[in-house]
Parts: sequence; C-alpha cells; structure tokens
Amino acid sequence: MTDLKKIFHVKGNDFTHAGEASVNIKNMLKSIGLDPKLIRRIGVCGYEGEMNMVMHGGDGTLSIEINTDKIILYLDDNGPGIEDLELAMKEGYSTAKDEYREMGFGAGMGLPNMKKNADEFTISSKVGRGTQVKMVFSLNH
Amino acid sequence: MIVKDIVNRFGLEVLSGKEGLDQKVMGGHCGDLLSEVMGNAPVGCVWLTVQGHQNIVAVATLREMAAVIITGGQTPDPETIQKADTENIPILLYPGLAFDLAGQLYEAGVKNMDT
Ligand SMILES: Nc1ncnc2c1ncn2[C@@H]1O[C@H](COP(=O)(O)OP(=O)(O)O)[C@@H](O)[C@H]1O
Ligand SMILES: [Mg+2]
Repeated sequence: MTDLKKIFHVKGNDFTHAGEASVNIKNMLKSIGLDPKLIRRIGVCGYEGEMNMVMHGGDGTLSIEINTDKIILYLDDNGPGIEDLELAMKEGYSTAKDEYREMGFGAGMGLPNMKKNADEFTISSKVGRGTQVKMVFSLNH
Repeated sequence: MIVKDIVNRFGLEVLSGKEGLDQKVMGGHCGDLLSEVMGNAPVGCVWLTVQGHQNIVAVATLREMAAVIITGGQTPDPETIQKADTENIPILLYPGLAFDLAGQLYEAGVKNMDT
C-alpha cells in the first residue's frame, strides 16, 4: 500500500536548484519522524541521483514513495542514457566535464554511493532514451 | 564546543547562517570532492573545503553539518551565502590552508567519533 507519493522535477544543467529536491525530501522525512540515519542514507541517494540528472541526464524526475514497510526513490530522465552500465557503476569512472570537476563533481562515486546506501538498487538505461534508477529502503530493520 | 567557540578561537569570519552558531560541533571533515564528502562527512561536523559554489549548502544540509569553513583564500558565491542563510548553515572563512586549521581544530578537541 502506498501512503504517499511525491514527484520532483529536476532540470538539466540547472545548478541553481540542484539538490533542492533532496533537501525537500529530507525535511519531509524529518517531519514524519523517520530514523535520522535512514534519512541520511535516503538523502545521499536522492542527492547523487539528482546531481546525475543535472550533470549527465538532462531533464527528469526524482520521486519518493512512502509505504508502510519501505520507502522507494525513483529517478527517471530522458537524457542520453548510459552505454556501459557496468563501467558506469565502477568507483572512479566519470564522464563529467572539466568545469563540473572543478566544482568538485565527477568523482565517479555517485552511483556506487547510491548502491551502498540503498537496500535494493536497480538501474536500467537505453542510449538515446534515458536512465531509470529504483532504490528501495526497508523500514523493517 | 559550539560553532561560535571555533569562530572566536580561530578568528573566523562569519558570512552566513548566524542562527546556526550555537550548533554543537561533533567532528570535522576535509574534502573538495562533493560525492566523497556526501558519503563520509560525519553528522554535526565542520567541513573544511575550498569549494564556494551554492551546491555546498545542499551537501552541508543533507549531512546535517554544524558549519562549512571555506579555506585557502577562496570565497563563496553570493548565492551560496543566500542559500546558507535560508538553511541556517554558518559559512565561515579561514584564509589559511585546510591542513593548518584542521590540526588546530584537532588539538582543540574536535574529533570524530566512530560512526
Ligand atoms: N542519469 C544519467 N544519464 C546519463 N549518464 C549517466 C547518468 N548517471 C550517471 N551517468 C554516467 O555514469 C557515470 C558515473 O556516474 P557517477 O558514479 O554518479 O559519477 P559522476 O557523476 O561523478 O561522474 C557518469 O560520469 C556518467 O557518464
Ligand atoms: Mg554522479
């Protein structure tokens, strides 16, 4: 049963608002009294996902679904897609532009961070079509 | 120790987030790669970085930091200061290098607990 679903739009290359959806989600989870450690894990995943859409993915959405037994984050963009998912998941692999690297992005740790912090992590991507990520956080332990 | 104590002790300039100066300091972190900081910075830490663009505020907020200290003579963008005021995150300025301030902070008792 889904108790609540919220969708945030993320704009490609828009650094002014980058990160705001995740901060919103954090505040929302805080107000319902979720465990602070879990909020932080969800925050990391939301932020990294949001930044990937801003930097690589183009326009997309970050959604959160709150159920009685789990919380799910969805990332969905219409960007260029990822050719080699296995390579993209490797720590340190990044195609970020130099101007982004100078800002401290492009460490190639975003996808690995997400995988580490979510209980379940699935990614699918089609070149020329976009990328989808689903991250599940169990509320039962 | 609270943020204000660090400000006074090391003569840091406070650029934003005055509301957050009473926050307890529970550790420290140095880093300029945002994903590394996002993954590793402890709760309630002071974060020493040379990054001054607005995205550092989201990182500090999501990691529940006590303050951001911009080092190495770098300065924050005006948008950074604005956002940090909204989120009550103190942005502090230290003109010297991160290593020197980190060492002094450690000596003053700012240490990371096991997370
Ligand atoms: N939403 C996306 N759309 C297109 N490419 C992506 C997307 N997310 C990640 N990638 C690709 O995967 C690489 C690794 O991503 P990540 O681990 O987050 O590191 P970083 O963002 O620091 O480059 C990126 O550099 C990019 O090539
Ligand atoms: Mg990334």
